[in-house]
Amino acid sequence: MSVLDFFEGLQYSPLLVAMRSSSWVFPIIASLHLMGLALLGGAVLIVDLRLLGFGLRSQPLEQIARDAERWLLVSLAVLLPTGILQFMCFAATKYYYLTAFWVKMAALPLALLFTFTVRRTVAVADETRLSPVWNKLVAVVSLSLWSTVVIAGRLIGLP
Amino acid sequence: MYLIVLTVHVMTLCLFVGTAAMVDLRLLGLTMQKVRVSEVMARLLPWTSAGFLVMLVSGALLFYAAPLLRYQNVFFRAKMGALVLAGLNVWVFHNSVYRSVAEWDLDPIPPRSARMTGGLSLLLWAFLITMGRMIPYQVYWLN
Repeated sequence: MSVLDFFEGLQYSPLLVAMRSSSWVFPIIASLHLMGLALLGGAVLIVDLRLLGFGLRSQPLEQIARDAERWLLVSLAVLLPTGILQFMCFAATKYYYLTAFWVKMAALPLALLFTFTVRRTVAVADETRLSPVWNKLVAVVSLSLWSTVVIAGRLIGLP
Repeated sequence: MYLIVLTVHVMTLCLFVGTAAMVDLRLLGLTMQKVRVSEVMARLLPWTSAGFLVMLVSGALLFYAAPLLRYQNVFFRAKMGALVLAGLNVWVFHNSVYRSVAEWDLDPIPPRSARMTGGLSLLLWAFLITMGRMIPYQVYWLN
């Protein structure tokens, strides 16, 4: 079975056919996805700003990172299901042919992996042992990866 | 060009609503409980304001691309209505509840009036986002 066959199977499954029969469902799911995005933005930014030396800079990095991670997980719990549903709606007729979709699918695992391995390790590490240059580098990589995800996502959403 | 502005508008959504949501969550006592409310506000609100400015400029450009069409759009009107209410919520907060912040600055869970503001703010931004996302759908539903 090819990838396209698989996508067709998703798009024409009974659940998805039912979902598309109402013109309200897709924009509502898309709106929830945007709310999740805003929350993700906040949770990612307060840590990256702190790593760059802005934002809550007089608070311990580890504390900020722990507080933010909880809301990052909440945002992902909103983003992933709503994203998957949007994808399933037009998997075979639209997403399969969009470069932006494949770019996002490459950037998203990278962003997640980087956030939950490298960035988390740096954030909870003893700040005095690490040069601030590393913190800044980690923040720049994190912001670049997530920006790629967001920009590619926006490009998928075009009619 | 329209596409670039639209992308900027969505990117800045993360900065603006993202940092605003973190402040609101602190007001609700749901995050950064050990950090003073006034410190969260002082450190994050400049970023929120910067984001808001970019939102306003990019949003105005998106409006200017099709002024008549937007003006006639019910979702656009609802979005602008919610924007006014959200602004009012911020104004009322700063001129009443926030004046007594010294008394509850370190409370892990701020008083009810502060929690109300934070909750209302989150609801209004969520509504605003939904209305914004619905703007292109008027043609399918209502015409």
